[in-house]
Amino acid sequence: MAPVTQRRVGNVVRVSGPLVEVEGIEGLAMLELVEVGPYRISAETVAVTGPRATLQAYEYTGGLKVGDLAAATGAELSGVLGPGLLGQVFDGLMRPLSMAPLWLAPERTGSAQANTFLERRWNFDPTATVGSRLAPGDVLGTVPDSGAVEHRLLVPAGVTGELTWLAPQSRLRGSDVVARVGDHDVRLAERAALRRQRPFRTRHAEVVPLHTGQRVLDLLFPLARGAAAAVPGGFGTGKTLLLQQIAKWSDADVIVYVGCGERGNEMADVLEGLSELEDGRTGGRLIDRTVIIANTSNMPMMAREASIFTGITVAEFYRDMGHDVVVIADSTSRWAEALREFANRNGDLPAEEGYPADLSSALASFYERAGRVTTLGGRTASVTVIGAVSPPGGDMSEPVTTDSQRFVRALWMLDRDLAYSRHYPAVSWTGSFARDVDALGAWQATHGRPGWVERRARAAALIAEADRLESLAEVIGVSSLPGHERMTMLGGRLLREGVLMQNALSANDGFCSVEKTAALLDLVLDVVAACRRLVEQGIAAAAVEQVDFGPVLRAREESGPSDAAGVAASRTVMLGRLEQLL
Amino acid sequence: MTGSPDPGAAPVEAAASPQQIGVQVSYGDVRELRGPLLVLGGADGVGWDEFAEVDLAGGGQRHGLVLEVDRDIATLQVLESTGGMALGGIRVRFAGRPLHIQVGSGWLGRVCNGRGEPLDGGPPVTGATFLPVSGWPLNPVHREPPRQPVLTGLSVIDALTTLVRGQKLPIFSVPGLPHLALATQIASQATSEGRSFRVVFAAMGLTHADIAYVRDRLEERSAAGELVLLLNAANDPVIERILTPRIALTVAEHLAYAEGHDVLVIMSDMTSYAEAIREVSAARREIPARRGYPGYLYSDLATLYERCGRVQGHDGSVTVLPVLTMPGGDITHPVADLTGYITEGQIVLAPDVLARGIYPPVDVLSSLSRLMRSGAGKGRTREDHLDVAAQMIAAMARARQAAELAELVGVAALSETDRSYIAYRTHLERDFLNQGPEEFRSLEETLDRAWAALAALPPAELTMVSTTFLDRYLPGRKDRS
Repeated sequence: MAPVTQRRVGNVVRVSGPLVEVEGIEGLAMLELVEVGPYRISAETVAVTGPRATLQAYEYTGGLKVGDLAAATGAELSGVLGPGLLGQVFDGLMRPLSMAPLWLAPERTGSAQANTFLERRWNFDPTATVGSRLAPGDVLGTVPDSGAVEHRLLVPAGVTGELTWLAPQSRLRGSDVVARVGDHDVRLAERAALRRQRPFRTRHAEVVPLHTGQRVLDLLFPLARGAAAAVPGGFGTGKTLLLQQIAKWSDADVIVYVGCGERGNEMADVLEGLSELEDGRTGGRLIDRTVIIANTSNMPMMAREASIFTGITVAEFYRDMGHDVVVIADSTSRWAEALREFANRNGDLPAEEGYPADLSSALASFYERAGRVTTLGGRTASVTVIGAVSPPGGDMSEPVTTDSQRFVRALWMLDRDLAYSRHYPAVSWTGSFARDVDALGAWQATHGRPGWVERRARAAALIAEADRLESLAEVIGVSSLPGHERMTMLGGRLLREGVLMQNALSANDGFCSVEKTAALLDLVLDVVAACRRLVEQGIAAAAVEQVDFGPVLRAREESGPSDAAGVAASRTVMLGRLEQLL
Repeated sequence: MTGSPDPGAAPVEAAASPQQIGVQVSYGDVRELRGPLLVLGGADGVGWDEFAEVDLAGGGQRHGLVLEVDRDIATLQVLESTGGMALGGIRVRFAGRPLHIQVGSGWLGRVCNGRGEPLDGGPPVTGATFLPVSGWPLNPVHREPPRQPVLTGLSVIDALTTLVRGQKLPIFSVPGLPHLALATQIASQATSEGRSFRVVFAAMGLTHADIAYVRDRLEERSAAGELVLLLNAANDPVIERILTPRIALTVAEHLAYAEGHDVLVIMSDMTSYAEAIREVSAARREIPARRGYPGYLYSDLATLYERCGRVQGHDGSVTVLPVLTMPGGDITHPVADLTGYITEGQIVLAPDVLARGIYPPVDVLSSLSRLMRSGAGKGRTREDHLDVAAQMIAAMARARQAAELAELVGVAALSETDRSYIAYRTHLERDFLNQGPEEFRSLEETLDRAWAALAALPPAELTMVSTTFLDRYLPGRKDRS
């Protein structure tokens, strides 16, 4: 039995699903956690009116009665952040699921699992010097056996002073004190608030690209490190597969994958898929650079609401160590639905489609936590946020989609027609945008790729022109078009099938390096130019169209993920084949 | 199993009213009756989501679930509707916990109504274990990704949208199409290759004619003790439908994870279920999201569909096959749309396919089983299966284009290749897609029929199938080589 006498207690007066109202707790603060009922379910304070407070419960509230005990905890929603997060799966409240039972009944107590987690021992290598004066963000030491990236133990925010004691190289538990800075004991793992943004020094203005390994994104709609992107797409458009590809192949140090209100089997699949794949940069497994936050659609709704913030906070934890982190949230629409569900039960006035009026500010508070920054310790690091959006009925004018578009730097809109014609990834080139294209182009130009901007512009122009001609050809027939326009249409097809399409399941094509992407694009552009010249020299357009363009279309599958030379060889073969028409 | 074994629960008679709400306080201060809702005053000590028995003045009994408790006011939804009830003389007794049912193999071979009460003249269903009908979320870390197929004996499903053990795969239909014939055919024929296979069929809002049809079609499997039937008719209480799929899934989970069976749960019609949810929501004056459906419809459907799966360290599996009719054939209707977001693919039935005389009228090009890749192929079905399926679908797409072209210019004006695609489609529709409502085809037969249809195409067109498989399976190929 908990020492109730020490705590501020009250009683439950109303229960409606996850909404619980309590009365009689003094001085309850917003966001403070309250334990309600016999199972001591965690509930978060969302409104206080006189002696009465409204809470959102993080577990199923079946059986909770009017009159049940409610005890304030004095703490906000928090989770243990320390070594051993990588490769693990947590629920939306940061409780390790690998230690939880098969069935997630509310009886399980989060603290017990967290304690088991803290009991594990890690190797600690001290690096700081005893006697030196330390500030927040300074490195005290590292934990070498924790995942694929270096785990750095930092002086926490708000702690400054002389390092009076530092643990020697040893095996320590998460709960052990590792250092004493000023009058503060620093432990290997700390309980940290999950909703609060972790502080940093400044934001960077410089724009640096994130390489996702997906050609249509890297080429047409690139994303900067520390920027935010939204991926709206109806069901069956390959949203989850695209996000999983980014989780596998983007060149970040750490991936935080938040499964928010999505499928259980999918989480099992992500876990298994990442465990089997090798990380090309470290030689370890991809799962060892990944933290999975899983709050599937049948798990309690309000924990789903928290899971998004949990994911971002974990990302910031690794950012503070100096790593580049990508947070993938699938799907922000389910998160918004949780907000709506609670607002409705609370009797809030709805804005659009029943969503609360603060939906856009809630979305902004999520996407705005992305950023490339100088950390407290002076390191440059980033949190990139990629949020999936699941518009009901594929309607891109619904509130979550339209609000998300305002806050992101890139929009990767998935198109149902492309998906149905098995064009994957089904990223629409008409509906998507990337706001940082110019800045990223400038970065490419100063980093040894002077042709990048021009190449991208030519590709964008080719596909737009081919689209226009195709709709024209549907009306007047292909044969009515002049030869050079037919070559543009041909070029559009080669660009779509030879460059923009990408086979996620192929060992050669699943990931594509910058150099191979450029080579593939050069291949298509040069072949199209050669075709145009042939037509100008009097060769019939139909004759050019009859040529077997197999080398162009198969190059992406037949050369390795980074094999630009192989693609260049296809270019020689193809240009030679076209020469023969003369 | 979860089991939260309940020491307070004594053995009882009826399965769906196991609450033995015996000598407990009963409440009589009914303040309001509105739609399916009953508002009770003076209800101290009542818990949220508790199960209740409502005794009427005239001696009848109804059942309710607590939707909200607010100080001494409790709001209940009455499962059998509030029709004929008056404010006076009602006594409400509470179970002290959410609805639990008894589970076990006693359910097999039984026919019950939507609340789990026998319709077959037998005694109430009993079992050794009590479980809450709402179930608990399955820890995703303990899930085993689905791997092995469920074979339905239907060519189009087994070959092109393979159902995988532990998958959730819905049938999207339109009123008037034979989705019930298809669902019952799957229910009576499905197996998991020699393993013990059980079916739970939950009917919601079906007409009496349909219910008679279902009982008749499934009689054999029921008699064999492999089937549980839960039947909620169209004129049965609407709110009862909220319970029907939950009882079905609770029974199924126990059969799967405690007794090691592969269980297929068929739920038809989910549109009727969603209407019951909408009715309660409207009566509570909740703010609607789309088309009057409440904003939590996604989460509500997910708590049903997500109960499919396989679990590490357990033998059985729960495969879920919801059937829903899209009003006006609109795939963006909330029930179809939200289902599509939760499930792993969809089987779409289309009126124009039926008009071509094909049963089952599956629209091959818009149907998809997302887990097929992990449930079919070498070691699971047959080595050539995935190649053949990809080739068949690609050829269907091409054949459709050719047919559209033929309508404009006439078949005679088509290239020889295009004509072969039209011949392929004709062959495929006649000998592969079309199948009798009683006809069972083994996987071998299905794939052989697929090859026979592909043989209508020039071998050079079969680019998605490896040469090894062409040599091994293409009819006539061996003779030529």
